[in-house]
Amino acid sequence: MTNIEVTPGMFSSAETKPSLKTPITLVAAALVVLIFFGFLGKTGDISFVWSDKREAIQLPPFIVNSMFFCTLVGAALLLIGLLSIALTIRGGKTPVWLIAIYGLGAMMALLGWLATEATQGVQMIFILGNTLVLAIPLIFGGMAGIMSERVGVVNIAIEGQLLTGAFVSAILGTITGNLYIGMIAAMIASGLLSMVLASLAIKYLVEQIIIGVLLNVLVIGVTNFLYSAWVDDDSINLNFPGTFEKLPIPLLSEIPVLGQVLFNNRITVYLMFVLVPLLWYVLFRTKLGLRARAVGEHPLAADTVGINVGRTRFWWVTIGGMVAGLGGASLTLGNVGSFGREMSAGLGFIALAVVILGRWQPIYVTLGALLFGFTIILKVWANQVSPGIPVDFITMVPYLVTLVAVAGFAGRVKPPAASGQPYVKG
Amino acid sequence: MSKKKDLDPVKSGQDKATSVLHEIMSGDPVRIGLSILLGFLIGAVFMVVFDKNVIKAFEDFGTDPSYALSSIWWTVQDGYGALFAGSVINFGADNFVSAIRPFTETLRFAAPLIMAGLGVALTFRVGLFNIGATGQMLVGLAGATFVSTRLQMPIIIHMLAAVLAAVVCAMIWGMIVGLLKSRTGAHEVIVTIMLNYVALSLFTYLLRQPNLLLEENGGGTPKSDNPDGTARLGLLLGPDFQLHYGLIFAVLAVVFYWWLMEKSTFGFRFRMVGHNPSAARAAGIKVENTFVWALAISAGFSGLAAANQGLSVDGGLTTSIEAGIGFDAITVALLGGSRAGGVVMAGMLFGAFKAGSATMQVAGVSPEVLGVVKALIVLFIAAPPIIRAFYRLPVPGPKVFEAAQQAKAAKVIK
Repeated sequence: MTNIEVTPGMFSSAETKPSLKTPITLVAAALVVLIFFGFLGKTGDISFVWSDKREAIQLPPFIVNSMFFCTLVGAALLLIGLLSIALTIRGGKTPVWLIAIYGLGAMMALLGWLATEATQGVQMIFILGNTLVLAIPLIFGGMAGIMSERVGVVNIAIEGQLLTGAFVSAILGTITGNLYIGMIAAMIASGLLSMVLASLAIKYLVEQIIIGVLLNVLVIGVTNFLYSAWVDDDSINLNFPGTFEKLPIPLLSEIPVLGQVLFNNRITVYLMFVLVPLLWYVLFRTKLGLRARAVGEHPLAADTVGINVGRTRFWWVTIGGMVAGLGGASLTLGNVGSFGREMSAGLGFIALAVVILGRWQPIYVTLGALLFGFTIILKVWANQVSPGIPVDFITMVPYLVTLVAVAGFAGRVKPPAASGQPYVKG
Repeated sequence: MSKKKDLDPVKSGQDKATSVLHEIMSGDPVRIGLSILLGFLIGAVFMVVFDKNVIKAFEDFGTDPSYALSSIWWTVQDGYGALFAGSVINFGADNFVSAIRPFTETLRFAAPLIMAGLGVALTFRVGLFNIGATGQMLVGLAGATFVSTRLQMPIIIHMLAAVLAAVVCAMIWGMIVGLLKSRTGAHEVIVTIMLNYVALSLFTYLLRQPNLLLEENGGGTPKSDNPDGTARLGLLLGPDFQLHYGLIFAVLAVVFYWWLMEKSTFGFRFRMVGHNPSAARAAGIKVENTFVWALAISAGFSGLAAANQGLSVDGGLTTSIEAGIGFDAITVALLGGSRAGGVVMAGMLFGAFKAGSATMQVAGVSPEVLGVVKALIVLFIAAPPIIRAFYRLPVPGPKVFEAAQQAKAAKVIK
């Protein structure tokens, strides 16, 4: 995608030299928290509410002075930033878990600052739980993106795949009365759509980005038409699937806070828990994954050792499409409970960004998707606790973060080398 | 293009892909005509299958088969007939003015599509994909709205100033894409998608600010006033028609685009970079700077489209004024083969779809079917193998293709 040379093991020393951009960004953001939320912050109290009223084990809310809390967190973030500078100067890398802790701290400071003196406090379960549920379609979409880009096919059609999945799952789930059939049908439909993308891109060498854009337009057109000409008049019988039952996992769901957030969910969330590590394992620990990555990095070399480049690409893109279909189903059957016009609303494009933000790694992509999920719920929540806050700027943050990542300000982003390039057996 | 030269299959794949891209861009009229025909045919199938009257008629197929079959015809005729009456000429009208009004409506809807479409087309010619027309339009709208609602100026000058503001704001936004691409190697598709969202948030924020764009006595909803009378795009054909001066800007934009791309040295550089960036670099063209300029000028066209929308609005302006034009522009540019004339035709077709939607709705046919037709037409044009398979057209032989390439190369050199 970009013109960075990325054949493994071929970096010049200049390219592997660690960049100070990430640590400097971390320090700068820490200073913002320290100064604006801390020193110049609000004087009232924040109360972090950890428990739902329904829960068996009730944790007392954590009440703290806003200025004190934000100063403390800001100082901690600054420390992490400085540590990261020290690590980089010594030639090391800032570990991802440290950045994750940093992100968590920044999030707490932001939430606390927003909810200072708000009567309902910071409802942690509501925020974390919704972050997860809203991130699910993005995560599945992101996995679809990883699967096709890792084998060298740019998938702009994630948006269309999500929308297909959402539509088919809602309609078939309602008609058959069985949501699982709806979910499987969504995967098949999205898989078929991906086959169109795959065959046009691989066999007929049509420009992948153009095909992706056009498939999105086509799916939007078809679902809009079917919705207005067919579904909308008879929503009760066609578009009223409801959502999957919540399946609390015994014992685990009893854990305070985390239990409610992670282990009292619908099947779509649990499928994500399984799929993300599975994809990571297949990609990086099995022969199958090694072959796929070889096809994406250097198709000629893969072809030389006897891997069928075209077939590998075709099936990875198709199965990726099925995963995106699952993402579409999790939008309707896993959250909203019915289909709405163009309900994917750009999630597919965000998934595309998340793939880059997460550097084509399933685990990192999941973290990136959670960041976007958090932003979506934050916008809703910030409006409630503290009206008048410029939510528009909060909404911008993840996109700006992605831009920064793509532009390489925060360390080099390396796409699979042959991503977007068709391969012709010569 | 010959096999001997290409030792690296990946490279030759790329060449083949660009040759397909060129095939799309050159677009022979027969194939385009057949694509449009097939698009409408499949659209008709959609219309018929989901039409309640047809379904009902087919339930009584045993008793009255001829009625069932004729109901298919009537549905299609109603649908596309209404599209024609709503977008070209309404033969059912009682006077001349209302008979030709549909065509002026098509022109009104086509103008912004053409302007934004030219912008996207320009980047296609340079070998870039600018998905950011939406964001560039939104930023342009912010500029146009500020000038048209907050500044006082004499008539016409005010309007021109507002248009200029839209163009400049959009160009700055486009330039960001170019700079990010040329300085850091970031892919323009991702950058433009992200900037679209940033622009949407930014524009919404500006619309909320009482001292910037928010309407007088406005509340929490992000919405601005109508543009001042002095800044408004006036009606072109009198009060009987809604057509406004935006059309003039569209015509000027088309002429400028044609001159820029086909006649100017600037356009020559653009095309050269689009054909082969390495060769262009070898020839001493600063490819990176060309990207920046191409994206900026491209965004300028989107800015014009934004001015068209923002300076003709009634009932206040919200983010919805963009009306999906930025995204439609991509399909317009693809359908138009990135040529001035092609973009005009494609913009007119899509403008007709927009103009005819209302009459189709009245005729009881869901106008959403046009979304399907639109997508199919462009898909068929972009993916020649589909249309060839359907009509069993011969694959253009390498000789024919190479000859065409050589002819084109000769043209370029001239």
